[in-house]
This record gives sequence, structure tokens and C-alpha cells, in this order.
Amino acid sequence: MLTELFGQDDAAILQRWMDNQLAGSGFRPDRISRAELQENATQFLSAFRRALSSGSTDIHGADWAAVRHVLDVLSASRAERGFSPSETATFIFSLKQPLFDRIRGLHEKDGVKLADTTWEINQILDKLGLYTAEVFQRSRDAIIARQQQEVLELSTPVVALWDGILALPLIGTLDSARTQIVMETLLQRIVDSGAAIAIIDITGVPTVDTLTAQHLLKTVAAARLMGADCIISGIRPQIAQTIVHLGVELGSVVTKATLADAFRVALQRTGLAVQKQLPHERKPPAERDRTSGGSEA
Amino acid sequence: MPVLISATHGIHTPEDVVAVRQAVRQRAVELGFNLVDQTKLVTAASELARNTLQYGGGGAVLIEGIGDGLRRGLRLTFEDKGPGIADIDEALRGGFSTAGGLGLGLSGARRLSNEFQIESRPGEGTRVTITRWR
Ligand SMILES: Nc1ncnc2c1ncn2[C@@H]1O[C@H](COP(=O)(O)OP(=O)(O)O)[C@@H](O)[C@H]1O
Ligand SMILES: [Mg+2]
Repeated sequence: MLTELFGQDDAAILQRWMDNQLAGSGFRPDRISRAELQENATQFLSAFRRALSSGSTDIHGADWAAVRHVLDVLSASRAERGFSPSETATFIFSLKQPLFDRIRGLHEKDGVKLADTTWEINQILDKLGLYTAEVFQRSRDAIIARQQQEVLELSTPVVALWDGILALPLIGTLDSARTQIVMETLLQRIVDSGAAIAIIDITGVPTVDTLTAQHLLKTVAAARLMGADCIISGIRPQIAQTIVHLGVELGSVVTKATLADAFRVALQRTGLAVQKQLPHERKPPAERDRTSGGSEA
Repeated sequence: MPVLISATHGIHTPEDVVAVRQAVRQRAVELGFNLVDQTKLVTAASELARNTLQYGGGGAVLIEGIGDGLRRGLRLTFEDKGPGIADIDEALRGGFSTAGGLGLGLSGARRLSNEFQIESRPGEGTRVTITRWR
């Protein structure tokens, strides 16, 4: 019976297991402390023991919930800390040797029982090892998805260029997920700031296909409903040619080659102008400092 | 026409569409296409890859660098086992979309390439091949 494995001198099993882990290549002193490892191992063994004593060997069943919980927490935390999948699964596999030794001690005289019990424990540990690897993989996937989400949010800045003039420099691939966020952010900022003009700069967008164009046109239409006019800037010559070949009609949308051109148009529309001062109109630097309220040196 | 290089890419997720664009751009650069032609190829690839994903339920693209002593080109073959296109003429007429799109992907891809072939049978799938010469 598997329940016989534990009950006497369990500390020795824990000790052997710890030694194996500390000596093996799966031990990362830079990522996990000995004390934490010992705590993981102790928690696991006590849950493992209780699960075995239930008589069930179905590690996905209710009797093994506590074991799975220990492994869930452990795998997720190791994925977070940059362990590899095999380093993580070694936690389970390095328990084989101490348990096999224990079985040998118990059933030395009975070859059949020795073989059967070893086989049974081996199967359970293999399943638990796989389970650990699966949880680890799921945790990694979740981390990657979260990081991608962070990138999406990071790379959609909305910049106020002037009173009533916003700029939205787009950088990277405009897939649907990102475009959705861009649109929502832009529209929200227009509402918040009461901007009259929004410049969408696509210098950093490598490919403008019909889906990208449709997203841009929708954004412009929605902004217009909120009372803001959009200018699309940064349309490089090769993109302009391609858009024409695609047959996309930009209609009444104002487009400019550069963000500077677009800004000039925006200033004009809001009744502003940038003017060059004649030499006699410029104030000397010292006077400029004083009139702008700078502190006296 | 001898095939110089070829590679197949699966198209099953939006990220795959991005990867196809990158692979096509890289091949186009290697074959010496200028910036305008690179952009045309990548944009056509983007349209067809998205159709493969969106309507064909996923599939694959074969990217081939082809050429003889006289000229070189890039050939892209998109293939899916989806529902197929009932009326190809209609789908190729600009502005027709069954999905609320602009309906300019297929016709645009045709205008952006030098050669364009489409085979599609309802219930069996769709294959679109485009070639652009340097
Ligand atoms: N691989 C495909 N399989 C099935 N139908 C397709 C496929 N590609 C295109 N279509 C059909 O052709 C129509 C036109 O496609 P397209 O020109 O790319 O425009 P859009 O994608 O904007 O609808 C699509 O709406 C769809 O009904
Ligand atoms: Mg399309």
C-alpha cells in the first residue's frame, strides 16, 4: 500500500529530497532561497501524504486538490521568476529517488510488491511532473499576454501639442486589438480636453492595408461626431501609392506628409500662427530672463 | 520558372498575419525589390493572409523566390480549406464585403501584383496566387 510509505522517519525523505534539489541543476540560488525551497517541499509532502492516504491515485480528483494547489502556487511563482520548465518540473522528479529507496527498504523481501509499488509511485510522480509543467506553461502564457497588453497601452500616447490640438503618434502594427485601444484613448482624450483638432501620425506604422485604413476612417468619423477634426500625417510616398492601388478613398480626410505640416494646418485652423521675429524685435537674453520672472543671480 | 527559395507559414492567429507580413518583407528585401514594391507586396500579403484567417478559417501561405537568368520575382500562394467563394467576380468587384469590411482586399491585392490567380470552390476552399516581378 502506498500509505505505508510515510509515517516513520519522514524527515529523512524530506532531507534526501532537499539534498537532491540543492545538488541538481534545477536549483537556482539566484532565484529562490533554501528556506523557501524547504517550505515548498514540506508543504508538498504533507499534502502528498494526505492524498495518498485517501487511496485515490487520480491526481485530478478531489482528494488531490491540496497537492495541486501547492503545485499551482509553486509553478506560477517560478514562471514569474524566470525558471525554465524543466527546472520547475525537477521539483517533482527529484522526489523519485528518496521514495524509491524508501519502497526498497519496505519491500526488500517481496520482489512483486517492490516492483508494483515502485511502478505506482513512478506513475503518480510522472503525472504530477506533467501537471507542474502544464501549470508553468499556462503561467508563462499569461505573463506574456499581460506584457503584450502593457506594450499596447504604453505605445499609444496622446500628446497635447497646443491648446485644443492633440497629437497621436502611432507606432507599430495596427492590428485590431491595438487599434481598438487607440481609438478609445483618442476619443476619450478629445472629450476630456475639448480639443478641436487631433493629428493622427502614422509615420511609425509599417503597413497600411484596408483594415488599417478602415480603422483610421472610423476613428476620424467618430472624432468628428465629438466635435474634433482629424488630420492624418506621416503618410510616406510608398504608403500613399499603395493606398491608391488598394482603391481606398480617404474622402474628406485631410492628409499631410509630416507631423510638422499637419501642425501648421492645425494652428491655422485655430486662428494661430508661428511668426519669425525680425532681429530688432528680439529681446536680448538677459532682459528676456528678467521679464520671464527668472530669479536674480 | 525555377524556385530559388521557398518557405511555408501557417496562418491561424492575428499574430501569424503579422509574421507573414514580416516574412514577405524580408524576402522582398533579399530579392532586391525597391521600397515601393516591398510595400505593395507586404500590403497584398496582409490582405490575403487576413482573408485566409477571417474567411478561410485559417490556412497557410507558400512564399517563393522565383527566377531565371533574366528576372526574379516573389510568388505567394495562400491556401485554405474554408467555405470557398460563391461568386468570385462579385468578390473581386471592389466594395463587396460579407463582413462589413471595405471589400477592397482581393481587388487591391490584384492591383498590387503583376500576376493574380484565384481558384475557389464552395465547400472546398480557396487558393490565391500572386506574383510580383522585380
Ligand atoms: N479565403 C476566402 N474564403 C472565403 N471567402 C473569401 C475569402 N477571401 C475573400 N472572401 C470573400 O470575399 C469578400 C471580399 O474580400 P475582400 O476583398 O478581402 O474584402 P473584405 O475582407 O473587406 O470583405 C469577403 O467579404 C469574403 O466574403
Ligand atoms: Mg479582406
